Amino acid sequence: MSLIQTFTNGEQGLFKPNSLTPMQKLTLRFVVIGLIYYSIVVVEGMLMRLFEVNQGLALGVSQEQFFAIMTAHPLVGIFGSTYSIVFGAFLFLVPFLMKKPLWSIKLGNWTLWLIAIGTFIFWFAGFVSHYSPLYTLYWPLPADFSQFSVLGGTFFIIGIAVVMVGTAFFVINIFKTIAYTPNGWEKQPSGALIKSALGLTGLTNLFSKNKKEHLVSVPVAAIARGSVDTALSAAVILFTGFLILIYMVAELFGISLKHSSIDALLYKNWFWWGFDLIADGLVLIFVAGTWYLLATLISGKKLFMENIARAALLVALVVSWTVWSHHLMSDQAQPGILKIVSGEMVTAFELITQGLAFFITLVTLWSARPLKMTNPLKFLLGGLLGFALAVPAGIMQADLGLNRILHNTQWIVGPHAHVAILIGLTMTLYSAIYFLFPILTNGAKLYSEKLASFHFWAHLLGGIGMGAFMGMAGLRGMLRRTIYFNGEFNVYMILAALSGSLLLLAFLAFFYNIVMSVGLKGVIGIFLPSKLKTTDLLPSE
Amino acid sequence: MIDSNIVLTGQTIAYTFYVLAIMALMGWFAYKVTRDGSGKVVKSSIFYSFVGFLVAIGVSFHIVTHETIPWKSMDLNRAEIKADKEFHIIMENHEFRLPSHKLMIRVNEIVRFNVDSKDLTYGFGLFRSDNTMVFQMQVVPGHINDILWQFDQPAVYSIRSTEYSGPKGINMILRDAVEVVD
Repeated sequence: MSLIQTFTNGEQGLFKPNSLTPMQKLTLRFVVIGLIYYSIVVVEGMLMRLFEVNQGLALGVSQEQFFAIMTAHPLVGIFGSTYSIVFGAFLFLVPFLMKKPLWSIKLGNWTLWLIAIGTFIFWFAGFVSHYSPLYTLYWPLPADFSQFSVLGGTFFIIGIAVVMVGTAFFVINIFKTIAYTPNGWEKQPSGALIKSALGLTGLTNLFSKNKKEHLVSVPVAAIARGSVDTALSAAVILFTGFLILIYMVAELFGISLKHSSIDALLYKNWFWWGFDLIADGLVLIFVAGTWYLLATLISGKKLFMENIARAALLVALVVSWTVWSHHLMSDQAQPGILKIVSGEMVTAFELITQGLAFFITLVTLWSARPLKMTNPLKFLLGGLLGFALAVPAGIMQADLGLNRILHNTQWIVGPHAHVAILIGLTMTLYSAIYFLFPILTNGAKLYSEKLASFHFWAHLLGGIGMGAFMGMAGLRGMLRRTIYFNGEFNVYMILAALSGSLLLLAFLAFFYNIVMSVGLKGVIGIFLPSKLKTTDLLPSE
Repeated sequence: MIDSNIVLTGQTIAYTFYVLAIMALMGWFAYKVTRDGSGKVVKSSIFYSFVGFLVAIGVSFHIVTHETIPWKSMDLNRAEIKADKEFHIIMENHEFRLPSHKLMIRVNEIVRFNVDSKDLTYGFGLFRSDNTMVFQMQVVPGHINDILWQFDQPAVYSIRSTEYSGPKGINMILRDAVEVVD
């Protein structure tokens, strides 16, 4: 086939969008939307990297635009990209693992479009109005209308709220799918299924002579427990948005409400409790569950220490509710006991829970030697390495002594946040995507293994390099949320930008590879309604 | 008091060593996992030893820093510590208001910086002339934001807001505003 033919019809014309079930289409739509938003995040990230080197290099980005990008960048990354890909994958995997249809494909589509549209609304509001209180929204900055447009801010918050509604729909769909009885099936033990998914069965087994069997697999348990944090964080973010909206609506009607009506420290505790359920809750739990799933699928072996893994997921859930104070180690009015217990001690538990997941995954793979170094395996190992690098970096900054000289520096956002997200989380997601690709496309063939290999190495080296150079700058005092005008940290910023460009190239290689694999017609076909009227996950033939 | 640069050097060495070790481990694993296995399964004792190792690291890390980083215990007990000198600083409208043009400190004096925000959440940090950080804290409106520090050698420092407070906040720098003398 010629290049044009491959671009149009996909590799060897193997991808037939008409053969896809509604569930396959739903999942692929999530992935496509997630990747489109990821491309925006990568481009915005590169613009910020260039801006950090020299403002003139960043294609005319102004200072106000720079901070608007800094505000939207992590939110588009978390919600538009990661939530889309993760929710799409889990809406497919939970019914796949439970061997029954998704509770509601319609609700799944609602989740997809609410997240896609909500993300666009807040991104566009920030792009046009330069609304930039950052994702941290420290009170009363989001309601500081001497710096920000009220209207822009209103649309920004509405966009976030729309995403949260879509998120709530996802959570409902997951729990309903676990518990419900499909038409014509024997009555399912709903309560027992939910108890097993949440870890209550395992907990009562500890104190009971009659041990009950686990009704759901470890990955489903991980998805359910991560979904608890997903729901709680959505509720907190929605309530916070509502609070900010009250100030905005009042301002639009010419009434300026007093900022001091809301206690800034209490607000900060509230917001970080909820927002941290994403970073230190659902992400870690979902990732651990995905590692376990991929390790068993790649190796074909039973998960090593399965019961411990299951218990660790419950510990991770409880830990995630009690770690928020590590974000307030430098807040002097924060009670010392919270800094020590929540900030230091409970946070250190993440070293244990994530360390266990790391070990269990590696041993499960090890038990199946020799394994072929496939794309899913190499990206899985990359994901494991990412968290092995980023979690200890996080434990270090969650120390009262070190936080005094690390907080708000590039260290936080480099070796910890970006390495965790880009290497740990994203490479785990890529592993899942490469694994699910032939299943979701009914056997389409990847266009180029060489491009996939380039994707792996460029992403791995680019992500670790960028994190490392940002970290070096942070250790030398470079702050994360300001602008340096005199090239004070240019050596590190140039090296970080070069590493960032590797990430961009990696994504372009991946995107090109995927488009050439399914073809332009295939991409369009994913968004057309399925001709198969079935709730099955895969075609019957 | 130990200089923060020394602490950061220690951290850099420890973390770099760890990074190289874990990368080497993953490289070794990636190579070995594609080779024929010996058929041996990993013993559960190895797993529990690893758990014990993680617990030991998690617990001992904060104890070690408590015993070696002097400002950590000073910070936790600062309510009981009497400062030799105290500075009250106001932050408002993206500006610092200092009690005097330059804050003068004698070597080894224990100094309390008491910073009050009248509007937004800011940060308060001291930086050396080479832009490295001495310390920082958050400045939350409506709350007491104080930090104790002891300077063990003569130097001149700049004050900078270390928290984002909107685009107007990027110029919140007071060059050479703190001077420590013998």
